Parts: sequence; structure tokens; C-alpha cells
Amino acid sequence: MIPALAGLAFLVLPLAGLLIRAPWTTLPARLAEPGILAALRLSLLTATLATMACLLLGVPLAWLLARTDFRGRRIVRALVTVPLVLPPVVGGVALLLVFGRRGLIGEWLDATFGVTLPFSTAGVVLAEAFVAMPFLVISVEGALRGADARFEEAAATLGASRWTAFRRVTLPLIAPGVAAGAVLCWARALGEFGATITFAGNFPGRTQTMPLAVYLALEQDVDAAIVLSLLLLAVSVLILATLRDRWTTT
Amino acid sequence: MTDPTAKPSASTADAGSAGLDARLVVRRPGFALDIELTAAPGEVVALLGPNGAGKTTALRALAGLVGLDGGHITLAGTRLDSSPPEARRIGVVFQDYLLFPHLTALDNVAFGPRCRRVPRRQAREQATEWLTRVGLADFVRAKPRQLSGGQAQRVALARALAADPHLLLLDEPLAALDARTRLETRAGLRGHLTSFPGATILVTHDPLDALMLADRLIIVEDGRIVQTRDAATITARPRTDYVARLVGLNLYRGRADDTSVRLPDGFRLITASPQQGDVFVAFPPSAVALYAARPDGSPRNTWRATVSTVARHGDALRVELTGPITVAADVTPAAAVQLDLTPGREIWATLKATEATAYPA
Repeated sequence: MIPALAGLAFLVLPLAGLLIRAPWTTLPARLAEPGILAALRLSLLTATLATMACLLLGVPLAWLLARTDFRGRRIVRALVTVPLVLPPVVGGVALLLVFGRRGLIGEWLDATFGVTLPFSTAGVVLAEAFVAMPFLVISVEGALRGADARFEEAAATLGASRWTAFRRVTLPLIAPGVAAGAVLCWARALGEFGATITFAGNFPGRTQTMPLAVYLALEQDVDAAIVLSLLLLAVSVLILATLRDRWTTT
Repeated sequence: MTDPTAKPSASTADAGSAGLDARLVVRRPGFALDIELTAAPGEVVALLGPNGAGKTTALRALAGLVGLDGGHITLAGTRLDSSPPEARRIGVVFQDYLLFPHLTALDNVAFGPRCRRVPRRQAREQATEWLTRVGLADFVRAKPRQLSGGQAQRVALARALAADPHLLLLDEPLAALDARTRLETRAGLRGHLTSFPGATILVTHDPLDALMLADRLIIVEDGRIVQTRDAATITARPRTDYVARLVGLNLYRGRADDTSVRLPDGFRLITASPQQGDVFVAFPPSAVALYAARPDGSPRNTWRATVSTVARHGDALRVELTGPITVAADVTPAAAVQLDLTPGREIWATLKATEATAYPA
């Protein structure tokens, strides 16, 4: 009982600290500052785009891991989870080495399409997707393993191609798992700091997401950092609660 | 496409080019399936056998859900061995139906037509028609979990047939139903199979299902065909203990010299059919009569036996006897009381020679 309460206190106290130290009187004025709204908008936009990118690439990857048998599948699964254990800053450095202006792919992108990813909003999305994708792949793979593969067989005997069977049968069956994975993925992307600041830098309005703004504000104005933190906390709790209600009541 | 080294096996004449002609070879550690199957359009063939005999594996191989390790599958003149399941035009009714839980009965049935690019409205019309045909017009909007077992079975049948298959496969179609639903569903299923123009392969371990639904029976044991004939011949002349038990006959193997058959342990049975050489002898449990004392008179097969078990069997009691031969006998409850048939009791058993049939092994 006591360890449980201690655990709860450990998780809740820092949040309470934020609320207690918050400069409530100047809060409305601080929230109205243009830089804050820009950072919030950028955070929500990039986290959502990163989640969509993860869905697009992660769901097929999860299907591959759950439904097919190939040599080296264990290694592929281990590789998928690497961004989970990798310090995000290291992830950012790795992204720079590959997608940077002199990077393996970045140089080619720059020469062929004139696209440079580092220090751009697209770079923020890339960094967030890199860090958040394992959350999506792992939960979708779990949902796929839990879903009866024989429904896909039944669909095949009715003339459905693999893609049709996946789209019309498997995907609806694993929808709750995909949704849960997407929420985790989005939440992780929203809080992303290390890879983003390393790969995309800290340019207000372009790559400065909320966590970056909090870190920057902490060095100059503690109250501003607290306001930003509260806002990020409120927005993420609000969105997660809304989504959760919607999915558990349907 | 065709493999010149694999010649089509000798198919029965009635299978023709429109039906199914297959040899299925599937090897697994500790198990091998190797059976030849033919089915003419409109014919219903039952694969009957004990659990683990390889019946379901055979169906999955036909449907393309399990790869063949040898043999061939020809349906309507087309080789299908290497086609994916979705290209085979083979419908399957799975044992637990596998109705898509997130779709209504209507959308389940419309799934097949939709996969063949039938426009949505037309597919739904076809599906409604099929559901009406199986008597479920009122359930088009029902989700699978709202359906009873019998209804789900009929939706599964309608879904398979709506995809317009050349061959229909049924895996234990009635096994998941309770006794009463089973009776009604079986009669309905028989009607739908009769009007289905393609060939049907039915897998079951229930001889009653096989006898009532199929035109021809194939008995599979340990991955091999042990007997294949029409239902009447199989029920009258079983060739393995499994089949004999299925159809409720006592079965023995021995050497015949005219009407006398000598069993391996020396016991002699007198039959009504003169034979020479290796034979099977079969007789129903009702042909065995039991007496407290050695009976006088005509029965030429008389032996002393010990009651091993007594169990209800329809209106009669089925008595398992040990002795020189192991045999099942049916007696009336009244006779059982009179004879005091309890396990361990010693009695006399007789068999009328006219009731025992001998046929070449």
C-alpha cells in the first residue's frame, strides 16, 4: 500500500508543483503572446503529420511482422524498437548523418529535388516520426496477432486480394489497436525534444515546438516556461480524454 | 502453367472436365495426406473420417490455404495447384463460419460479389436474394453476434454461394449446432446443395450427416482413403473398424471355407454367404441374442460371453461383450432386467447365420 501511494505521489507531485508555481495572475496576458500560439500550432501540426506518416508506413510494417514469416524477422523487430531505447539526441544525430545536407540520402534529395530536410518544419515531422513510430508498430502488431488470421483466409476464398482482405476485414477488426497506437504515437511526437532540436534546430515559427519553447524559456524566464508547460499539459490531456471517450463508447 | 511431368490421375468418367479432379499430397512432420478426389458438377461427396484423419487439411489444400507437396488440382478443366485462394473460385463454409464480425449479414454475403467488382447496389441485391433463399430475409441488418448458430450457418452458406464458386467446400457444417437445430439445418442444407450446380465436398466425422447429405462417401483414415463407394455399399460392407463403428456393425476379418469363417484366434463363425479365402464378416448388434442358459435349437453360432459394459442406445440397450470374440449386442430393456445384465455377468450369446454377411477382403 505504501509503495503504491509513494508511486502515485511521485507521478502527481511534479504536476502539482507546476500548478502551485503557476503565475495565475499574469496567465491570460502571457498566453496571448504570439510566440506561444505559434509554438502550440506548430506542435499540434507536426505531431499530427508525424502520426499520419507513422500510420502510412507503420501499419504495413506491423502487418509484415505479424503475418508473414521470413528469415531475419526477429532482427527486423529488434531494429524497429531501436528508436525506443536510443537517446533521442543520438537519433537526431543519426538523422543528420542520413538526411542532412551532406548525408547519405540528404545530398541526393538536395541535388535531385532541391529538398533540404534539416532545420525545416518537414524535418521536425521527420524527427518526431522517427522517435514515435515504434509505439505505433508495436501496438498494431499486437492487435494483428490478437486478430484471427482465418478471417483473412475466409476473405481470400471469397475472392478478395490481400489488399482487399486487409482493407475490408483486417483493418476494421484491429481498428481499436490502431487507434491506441496512433494516440501513443501522437503523444510521443507531441513531447519530442531531443531528436527535434538536434535535427531541426530551434527556429521560432518554423521548428520551435512547445517542448523546445519550454526549454528555451527556462533559461530566461521561469514563469514563461511554467505557462508553456501548463498549456502543453492541458492540450494533451484534453485531446487524449476526448479521443478516449469517443473510442470506448462506440 | 501445366506441369508436363504430373499427369492427371485416372479420374472417374462422371467427373468429366467440368468437375473436380484432384490428388492432394500434403506432408507434415508425423503426418502425411495423400488422397485422390473427384467430384462431378452437382455431385456431393463426403469425406468421412475420425478426428486427425486429414479431412480438414484436404479441404484447406483444395481451397489453396495450404500448399500442396505433390499432386494436382483440376477444376472445370483448369489447373489450380499454384493459383492463390482468391483466384480459385472455390467457396468454403468454415466450421465456425468465420462471418466478418464488423459487417452485417447482408454485407457478409455481398462481400464475394463486391470482390468480383459487382457494383455495390447490385451486390446488395444479390445478397438480399441469397439471404431470402436461406430464409433470413428479416436478418439482413443483423450483425453476426446477433445470429443464432443455425442462422450463422445459413449466412455462411449464402456468403459462399453468392461468390458463385465452381466448387463448394463444407467443413463440418453442422458440428457447431445443437441437436435440434442440427436436424432442421441439415434438411435445409440438403435442399441448397441439391440446387447448387457445382461440385460439393463435405467434410464430417458424423456418419448421419454424410449419409443424409452426400451422394458418395470417401472414408479417410490416417491421411489415406480406406473406402470409397455410395452410402448403401459402405454401410452394408464396412472395411475398417472405424467404418464399422460408424455404421454400427460388428466387423471381423478371417479366412472363409464355404460358409464357415475361421477368425485369427481360432473362433469359427457360420455365415449365410459362401466365400473362399480372406473375408470380412459383418452383422448388426441386433442380430446377437443373449440367454441366461445355453439355448437349444437352430442358432449355429453360440458362445459363452462376459458382459463388459451396458449403455443406452436409442430404444434398446447396447451390451458390449468379451469372450472368444468382442461383440456388441442390442437387447430390450426388459430382457436386460430379466437377464440381470451387469458388468462381469457370464451369459450365452447366439448369432443367426442368416444375419451374418461375408464379403471378400
